[in-house]
Amino acid sequence: MLEIRNLHARIEGNEILKGIDLVVKPGEIHAIMGPNGSGKSTLANILAGREEFEVTEGEILFFGKNLLEMAPEERAREGLFLAFQYPVEIPGVSMANFLKEAVNEIRKHHQLPSLDTRQFLQRMREKLKLVEMDEKFLSRSVNDGFSGGEKKRNEIFQMAMLEPRLAILDETDSGLDIDALKIVANGVNRLRTNENAFIVVTHYQRLLNYIIPDFVHVLYNGKIVESGDRELALHLEEHGYDWVKNESEISI
Amino acid sequence: MTVENFPLKDWLIFSFNNIENRSNGKVEDPIHHLRKEAINDFAQMGFPSTRQEEWKYTNIEPMLQYQFRFFESEHQIPIKTVEKFFFQKDIAGRLVFVNGKYSEALSHFQDLPAGVIIKNFEDALHDHPQMISKYFATVNRNGKDTFTALNIAFAKEGLFLHLPHDIIIEKPFHILHITDTPNEPYQAHPRHLVIVGKNSALKFIESHHALSGGTFFHNSFSEIILGANSQLDFYKIQDDDLQSFRIHQTHIYQEQHSVLNSFSVDLGGALVRNNLKVSLDGEGSETNLYGCYLAHGNQLIDNHTAIEHLKPYCHSNELYKGILAGQSHGVFSGTIYVARDAQKTNAFQSNKNLLLSQQAEVNSKPQLKIFADDVKCTHGATIGQLDQEAIFYLQQRGISAEQAQSLLRLAFVQEVIEKIPLDEVRSFVQGLIDQRLKTV
Repeated sequence: MLEIRNLHARIEGNEILKGIDLVVKPGEIHAIMGPNGSGKSTLANILAGREEFEVTEGEILFFGKNLLEMAPEERAREGLFLAFQYPVEIPGVSMANFLKEAVNEIRKHHQLPSLDTRQFLQRMREKLKLVEMDEKFLSRSVNDGFSGGEKKRNEIFQMAMLEPRLAILDETDSGLDIDALKIVANGVNRLRTNENAFIVVTHYQRLLNYIIPDFVHVLYNGKIVESGDRELALHLEEHGYDWVKNESEISI
Repeated sequence: MTVENFPLKDWLIFSFNNIENRSNGKVEDPIHHLRKEAINDFAQMGFPSTRQEEWKYTNIEPMLQYQFRFFESEHQIPIKTVEKFFFQKDIAGRLVFVNGKYSEALSHFQDLPAGVIIKNFEDALHDHPQMISKYFATVNRNGKDTFTALNIAFAKEGLFLHLPHDIIIEKPFHILHITDTPNEPYQAHPRHLVIVGKNSALKFIESHHALSGGTFFHNSFSEIILGANSQLDFYKIQDDDLQSFRIHQTHIYQEQHSVLNSFSVDLGGALVRNNLKVSLDGEGSETNLYGCYLAHGNQLIDNHTAIEHLKPYCHSNELYKGILAGQSHGVFSGTIYVARDAQKTNAFQSNKNLLLSQQAEVNSKPQLKIFADDVKCTHGATIGQLDQEAIFYLQQRGISAEQAQSLLRLAFVQEVIEKIPLDEVRSFVQGLIDQRLKTV
């Protein structure tokens, strides 16, 4: 579903990504790990369509379509979802209104009729249970005054509501205590099907104890320097990123 | 000098003298002496200029070129054309003014408790001269001002409402001002006098709408007296024509433990100046002022509020939010005065503005004058643009950039709108704002 070929990108003149190649197929979970500043979040944000980053070379295909030519909302309607590292607080826009708008825009894109209020409420209640959130969240403003953990759970709740084909989790585990981490991971595992895929961007191995990846990629200095299976993550946990840094410098 | 090229000031004095001459010495007006005094004051003061601190950001020059006329007779319009403004269905009564003239045909009242008086101010001048003499122009008498003087000189029509003590009216009264002056520029100086007795409670909605485009000079003055332990919920919704010039002054006097909740929404007008002054002159009184304004094109909307804490243990809470688009101009000036004896005062003020274009402008000026030492006063003013991060977040969920912007604009004023407790009023206001935001 996703093909990234030789992706180069920069921000304010600094080259951050220096040739990324990655193929994601339906049913797969890919973990992208790497030290701070390696370009993990940049990759996630470019996929979602954030404009600050300038792609200087390479291409991204999403179900065969040129992703880089699509506006962020088109990408979302085509089934790409980003769970934000820092979810934005939007006072004055209620969760219920926001989600109704989003769900129906996506349905419209796929020529599906809008959900009526009853169907919509039913769906929200069902998905709230998945992340163990209370119904009172629906009448609150989007992320407004939410705790760190609530914000991250809210991202997973939105993901459950929008049913994306490809979800990118950008350091969703950061700042979560172990209980919240389990809730988030459990949400992802229950949403997993043979049709959808996940890219889990993380600094630590911890989350990968609960979301078992099929592939692990190590990003360092704008490039994928190692790819492997789950064992690679465990190896990183044990040896830290210095090992990657040394190895990649030797290989250069 | 011919009548054709009279400047507005001379034209107004000329009009006053005309009215005087026509009354032919037979004056049965309990405030006649005040009118004469007022027109003399006006003759001396003239119109304010931007050199005066209070008018620094609001230039009234554009309205001085017109010779506004008075409506002499009632302007008949069928009820069907104004029914769309009857957004509050369940009411205690409705007073309708068309081009400043009271329309008996469009007005209507439910049965009211004994002792409640509600009528056109002109009738009250005739029917209740003693009450008028007792209350008229008693709130904030000190300090002379051009528009106050003009209002006193010409005041005839408006709301007179007297609620005796211990009466609670649950349903709101609706005061409608409708303008329909497509051809010539007109003026009106509505005068409202509202007296709420001790332990009584009242709600009223004052709304302003236009049926057709036209230049209008509206100079209203509302005087409201809240007795001990009384409560007033006051909604002012102004959606008049974009060519109108509007001066609204509201002076509210509060006795002990009285509560005022004021909601003010401004969407229309070429030039709007609201002066809202509240005197907390009784221990434990409370005032909540909420305001929301939306300007586009070349509109200028100016809110001057002043809260006087004169006695101890009073609370005031103020939140005004504005959205400025196009080349519009917003002005907010919020004065909080705390007298030396007003210990344990709690005063909170906030003004937030959202600019939607490079050309839009806003001047926000909080002014605290505090002479007591044991008080809690906070104020804040912000001016900003839409949050780009929030737009991206909404887009990432499938919402278009345009729709995201519109959601965020609405969200910005939501903080004020959601404070409106009457459902029908709130959804009417919401609808007006929704619609306006789509066009800016």
